[in-house]
Amino acid sequence: MAGAFWCIVEDDRAGRPKKVTAELLGEATRLARQSGGHVEAVWLADKASEDGLKQLGEWGAVRVWLLEDAALAPFRSEVWTPAVAELAGKEAPQAIFGAVTSRQRELLARLAARLGVGLAADSVAFRVEDGKLIATRPVYAGKLLSKITWAKPPWLATLRPNVFKAEEPKAGAVPAVERPSVAIVPSRMTLVERKEEVATGLPELTEADVVVSGGRGLKGPENFVILEELAKVIGAAVGASRAAVDAGWRPHRFQIGQTGRTISPKLYMGFGISGAIQHLAGMRTSKIIVAVNKDPEAPIFKIADYGIVGDLFEVAPLLTQEFKRLLEK
Amino acid sequence: MKIVVAVKQVPDTATQVKIGADSKGIDPAGITWIVSPYDEFAVEEALRVKEKRGDGEVVVVTLGPERAKEALRTCLAMGADRAIHLNDPAWEAADSLAVSRALAAVIRQEGPQLVFFGRQAIDDDMGAVSTQVAEFLGWPCASWIMEETVAADASSVRVARQVEGGLEIFDIPLPCVLSAQKGLNEPRYPTLKGIMGAKKKEIRDVKAADLGLGADGPRLSVVALEGLPPRPPGRILSGEPAAAAKELVRSLREDAKAI
Ligand SMILES: Cc1cc2nc3c(=O)[nH]c(=O)nc-3n(C[C@H](O)[C@H](O)[C@H](O)COP(=O)(O)OP(=O)(O)OC[C@H]3O[C@@H](n4cnc5c(N)ncnc54)[C@H](O)[C@@H]3O)c2cc1C
Ligand SMILES: Nc1ncnc2c1ncn2[C@@H]1O[C@H](COP(=O)(O)O)[C@@H](O)[C@H]1O
Repeated sequence: MAGAFWCIVEDDRAGRPKKVTAELLGEATRLARQSGGHVEAVWLADKASEDGLKQLGEWGAVRVWLLEDAALAPFRSEVWTPAVAELAGKEAPQAIFGAVTSRQRELLARLAARLGVGLAADSVAFRVEDGKLIATRPVYAGKLLSKITWAKPPWLATLRPNVFKAEEPKAGAVPAVERPSVAIVPSRMTLVERKEEVATGLPELTEADVVVSGGRGLKGPENFVILEELAKVIGAAVGASRAAVDAGWRPHRFQIGQTGRTISPKLYMGFGISGAIQHLAGMRTSKIIVAVNKDPEAPIFKIADYGIVGDLFEVAPLLTQEFKRLLEK
Repeated sequence: MKIVVAVKQVPDTATQVKIGADSKGIDPAGITWIVSPYDEFAVEEALRVKEKRGDGEVVVVTLGPERAKEALRTCLAMGADRAIHLNDPAWEAADSLAVSRALAAVIRQEGPQLVFFGRQAIDDDMGAVSTQVAEFLGWPCASWIMEETVAADASSVRVARQVEGGLEIFDIPLPCVLSAQKGLNEPRYPTLKGIMGAKKKEIRDVKAADLGLGADGPRLSVVALEGLPPRPPGRILSGEPAAAAKELVRSLREDAKAI
């Protein structure tokens, strides 16, 4: 099944590929190594950058298909899809991988319909077996794992951020850059405005390596400051349970769980969160889970790697102090 | 204006799901079924559009086995006007693409100006069907919407899409497909009057042949459904809070290498 594994580039809308692209390229490189294929990047942007192209090579792309056109920004799936589909029709890739981001989850779904192939959305693992690719994806709010395979290529999948490892960057690797000519159709949708979130100085929830999260145990919106102080020290994003969001203590975009965001940080620390199944749905693929709760029976302790049974109002400031001491060394 | 809402019946989020005998699906015994939560936001929004405009029709559609009628009845009790049930053994093993093709076919027959979906169905958590239906219909679409306003002349809709780091506000001409994110609204509960009234509303059964859909092999197949690998047992750090905090920070640094 030698062939190209395509990775769609997720960029920062300013010509720089994001970290999740390195994760996609890393996983594709490992799968291509097992199956005799090779890895290519597909970059759609209004404006790419030389540094960005170099970066993609170092992350493992031997070729970059660059579609650069002012009409590609802002993202609209009805514009991106026919462009990628046309290229895929000519180049017949073996697989097309995207990231679970607002743009690519829409792109890959539309693309699957246009190409008439299957899509494994929100995958967390892959395996090559007898020349076939098998994807693992959480289902039923992460209570079970479904292993699925495709009837025919290209194999379309989106990959959950922070789950897959990037390869060691290959310094100086230069990718072949192709600028294929494909039709860019006009869009019917017009962007009125982009409302940026108020900058918190903290990383974006779904991209953060460390997430500190608060629940009903915080007792009120004013107390989130305690978690923000901790977050600042360790460079974490601050999330919340639905109980805290529904109480109006945090905007909805910070909700973690089945009806919120799905995160897989290296470290998740929950404070005053009981660990309801719908909350676990959004964070159970975190690498290390820490829970601070005054109730020793709280279900979150069942999946926690480390737990402190205690009052968060006492424990959280102590942790902030300890981390400060550690990181100042 | 006519609005179609696609809803899926799924196991209640709190239900324990067990793997079935074939290891490919779940064991349906003892499951409580509900309307997928995001689809309730979709139904609510459709009802609000109709109420605000003072005219129109809200049609709910589901594809699923006989039991899925319950989900349609719930939506009718919330206030939807009528329902369509894509109910045919031919769809028993339908994957996202087959479901999308069937929904697109029935939507094409109905010819609505606006179609609402949930962001994702909370059983397969695929989050693909709304966008795929839009592709089959050749319509524009926006997913994960947090706000929506239909223009007075019903020619377009203004939506706010949740994206990383903010919201994107778009104007989209109708007809189009939208998928609802939590935060869009607070779904109403069916009233007793609504539940009684729902009994008189139409639920029309539709077969694959009625939509002119022939046999179409699945594009994805399940190899196996598995439980989660066990997490290594955790460590409870007891003792004085200060000592516990110190030990936690040390462990995260030295043992887990997480900081
Ligand atoms: C369809 C559906 C979807 C849902 N989606 C989500 C979702 O996306 N995300 C989500 O989070 N939930 C979701 N829920 C809700 C979920 O079931 C729980 O109700 C919710 O997660 C509870 O939030 P919590 O843990 O903050 O509150 P609680 O369950 O009330 O827990 C609070 C915890 O704080 C502890 N505590 C109190 N005071 C202190 C203190 N001083 N120090 C230390 N600990 C303290 C208590 O012991 C308790 O364990 C959903 C529910 C449904 C039905
Ligand atoms: N069988 C179905 N019948 C009706 N609508 C569905 C069905 N499956 C999915 N949908 C709709 O598509 C949305 C996304 O589903 P999914 O792509 O399966 O996560 C759901 O929230 C529903 O609005």
